[in-house]
Amino acid sequence: MNTSDVVIIGAGAIGSAAAYYLAKRGLSVTVLEKGACVGGGGSSRNGGGVRQSGRHSAELPLAMYGVKNLWPGLSDELGMDIEYYQEGNLRLGKTEAHMKILQGLTDSCAAGGLDMCLIDQKQAREICPYLSEDVIGAGWCPTDGHANPMLVTLAYYRAARRLGARYITGAEVTRLRKLRGRVSEVVTADGEVYSAGSIAVVAGYDSRKLLASVGLDIPMSPILMECIVTEEAPHMFWQMLGTAMADFYGHQSKHGSFVFGGAHGYEPYAAYDGGTRGASISVPSTCRAIIGYFPVLRGLKIVRSWAGWLDDCADHIPVMDNPRETPGLTIGCGFSGHGFGISPVAGALLADLASGETPTLDVSKFRYDRFRAKI
Amino acid sequence: MNMSVDRTRDFGEYVPAPDDDIIICRCEEVTKGEIRRAVRDGMFNVHEVRRFLRCGMGLCQGQTCARLVRTLIARELGVPPGVLDEATGRAPARPTEMYVFANEKMEGI
Ligand SMILES: Cc1cc2nc3c(=O)[nH]c(=O)nc-3n(C[C@H](O)[C@H](O)[C@H](O)COP(=O)(O)OP(=O)(O)OC[C@H]3O[C@@H](n4cnc5c(N)ncnc54)[C@H](O)[C@@H]3O)c2cc1C
Repeated sequence: MNTSDVVIIGAGAIGSAAAYYLAKRGLSVTVLEKGACVGGGGSSRNGGGVRQSGRHSAELPLAMYGVKNLWPGLSDELGMDIEYYQEGNLRLGKTEAHMKILQGLTDSCAAGGLDMCLIDQKQAREICPYLSEDVIGAGWCPTDGHANPMLVTLAYYRAARRLGARYITGAEVTRLRKLRGRVSEVVTADGEVYSAGSIAVVAGYDSRKLLASVGLDIPMSPILMECIVTEEAPHMFWQMLGTAMADFYGHQSKHGSFVFGGAHGYEPYAAYDGGTRGASISVPSTCRAIIGYFPVLRGLKIVRSWAGWLDDCADHIPVMDNPRETPGLTIGCGFSGHGFGISPVAGALLADLASGETPTLDVSKFRYDRFRAKI
Repeated sequence: MNMSVDRTRDFGEYVPAPDDDIIICRCEEVTKGEIRRAVRDGMFNVHEVRRFLRCGMGLCQGQTCARLVRTLIARELGVPPGVLDEATGRAPARPTEMYVFANEKMEGI
């Protein structure tokens, strides 16, 4: 009854993308999600950025592959509009020091083969006329964009479910179990046991607890990030925005609201207590940052704010691997606050790993055992 | 602990209701029929339906329709509404201009 080809733990965007690609291959898939909701974790709470620019050199090929091969056709493939807009990313600078940071980011992305360049004030204002005159230049990547994270996660879920994937919400996995040396069962808090030929842990920061039950550990910390959304406004621009200082980022969505995220500086110190309560200093700090770059938006009303946890890996890139000492296990975690933009490709690669196929792209940089002492 | 819910479920054929066109969420103009269909499409609670259809995401943030939406979802699933979570309330309680938030800066400490 509780047996399938693959069990996936975690129904976020990445777990659900993996479920979809596995079900599409004809495998039977069970997805176990501890929350009452599909996508209740970071996947429905993020800023929606589908960026290649600013990525770690190890992640850049994945991001570029996704933008070229997966994102453009995703709405058609999944049968619903996931609101993907590919109108570029502007990373803004106001000072010479900012421009230096942007130059560094541009150089490293260009070295990885990404079409990205530095532009001056005039060019930036031609792309987005609403910018403050304080903006003196920007890093520009014309093939970046954004999508609606809530819809992407639900679209993968909906399509996987239509292909027969079995989703169980309110099913908190408490441990993985090895039988004859192979990870082949998982046990939930209400005592159910699910067995599978292949088990994938895609549970965000909580992956750590699960992996501990088979003696593995990935160095990660939980960080609480916050977002805001404004009332709807007439359409102004489609670009994804960021800044050299990373003090805010965001975009205008299809229905007209602006979705922004920001950082006040104390995110890594939020108490990891199972809740997602924001800090009182967060919205004001993000609003000051936004107004500093977009004074025209100062009168726009915020209708909602929220927070979400991200699983920040020690080197800020994920782990996607089949550990040697735990046959039957696939790990996908540590997406470090930029997993949404690569969620389709990460799901596809985890589907490869969980079904024993050779991954479509090289995943050797994402090994679980790459963490070495610094001396 | 959350109640465990297996999402595999055969709802049978969709039977249109005479009032399927009635608007439930006024801000985002979401109809009863859309909500009923979303449940059948796998959206089993207020949060998922809201993310899927935008009902309760407009200017009033669901203050008018939240209860109604929950009742409709519960009815489609055949469970009492109390079993389902309510939508989460979040700051700000009323829409508030960015410059008002931005002014909230304590000086001198
Ligand atoms: C505020 C914010 C803004 C962000 N902005 C961006 C952005 O603009 N661009 C970008 O690319 N990325 C962004 N990210 C990061 C992105 O959201 C994540 O990297 C991505 O969603 C990770 O997907 P996931 O499926 O791995 O994790 P999650 O969505 O966290 O899913 C993990 C799931 O596992 C479940 N789970 C945990 N433990 C168990 C258990 N024991 N048993 C069963 N289920 C379990 C959880 O409930 C959860 O649903 C942002 C993140 C946040 C929080």
